[in-house]
Amino acid sequence: MCATCGCSGDARIIDAAANTGAPPPAHPHSHSQAPPPSHGHMHPHSQGQEHPLSHGHRNPPSRTVMLEQKVLARNDEQAAKNRAWLAERDLVAVNLMSSPGSGKTTLLERTIRDLSARVQVSVVEGDQETTFDAERIRATGCPVVQINTGAGCHLDAEMLARALRTLDPPTSSVVFVENVGNLVCPALFDLGESARVVVMSVTEGADKPLKYPHMFRTADVLLLNKTDLLPYVEFDMSRFREYMDKVNEWVQVIQVSATRGDGIHDWYAWLRERVRAGVALK
Amino acid sequence: MHELSLTQAVVDSVAERFGPTRVVAVSLEIGKLTGVVVDSIRFCFDLVAEGTTLAGARLEIVEPCGRGHCRVCSHTFDVDDPIVLCPSCGSANVEVLSGRELRILSVELSGEERPCAPRAAAPATPE
Repeated sequence: MCATCGCSGDARIIDAAANTGAPPPAHPHSHSQAPPPSHGHMHPHSQGQEHPLSHGHRNPPSRTVMLEQKVLARNDEQAAKNRAWLAERDLVAVNLMSSPGSGKTTLLERTIRDLSARVQVSVVEGDQETTFDAERIRATGCPVVQINTGAGCHLDAEMLARALRTLDPPTSSVVFVENVGNLVCPALFDLGESARVVVMSVTEGADKPLKYPHMFRTADVLLLNKTDLLPYVEFDMSRFREYMDKVNEWVQVIQVSATRGDGIHDWYAWLRERVRAGVALK
Repeated sequence: MHELSLTQAVVDSVAERFGPTRVVAVSLEIGKLTGVVVDSIRFCFDLVAEGTTLAGARLEIVEPCGRGHCRVCSHTFDVDDPIVLCPSCGSANVEVLSGRELRILSVELSGEERPCAPRAAAPATPE
């Protein structure tokens, strides 16, 4: 069991639409285009340099093999395959990460409602258990696949590859990946996404960037959500900015209220900029 | 960080690469800025290795210290905090020279090529 968060067990991919008898998405399915599986050669053969430790013995007691290989080499390889697969199809994949309850799903519901007329959107939902979030997304009419990680605390590149095979998003569209609510573990795992967006709500306190520096360091964009609650909570914006700068001074901070809509167009503007090269918003 | 997943990745890739050959020792490099808890890796290793060719293997971990180079004032400095700031000018625009390594350095393989059954658990009390 993970000493940090208690993870173990295999993830389950649940096609929420199939589960509930809803019609499949209208686009043609072509599963042959799915990302290649991750089981292949993980290491360049040139990396293994064998060094016998003892000489002159018929049966050396042991030998040391130099590897100098990344621990997450397999994940990173699959992430690279995902990235290539997404690029071939002109897809922009946005990895949304946050603590539980920061408002990721509410943000997605609003984003889908507001943008679905201009760009096709699909969603991969990651949670330990339940299909609650997938059902909320499906209610907007958006194709969605739920990954239940069981006791697992993050999505990895292989899980996303399997979800993309199931989802089979149409070309020139946007895929939102709602990671498991956790500010620790998802930071380490590259999924092959186009951009990493960290969502943080003002109710969580201004000190979160310093408390979870690894997560905030990896973000391309920081969405500061629930700004409609600013009059009711103690949230020191200048302290938050100062802490954020210490961890990631290049990040773009966008203040939004996913429920009320404040600042939401700044988020859409960033998204539009992000997809401009590949996906044309009508 | 997710130490169980990391340990599983180490055991899987070593076991897959060397087939039935028994692994005597694994050497890892885990930089001090990675946020990975080395004690948790040690705790997970025996559990994850059980039943594989790595069962009973020695786990060696080297922990490179953090070192940074400030892109603003060119100061080079040691750092052990995951929040890497230049101690001279306070800038966060720092190139991390070391401390974020997360690698399998080497493995020591048994000279015997035959498959080896997992080692039995050590007796609870000394004989």
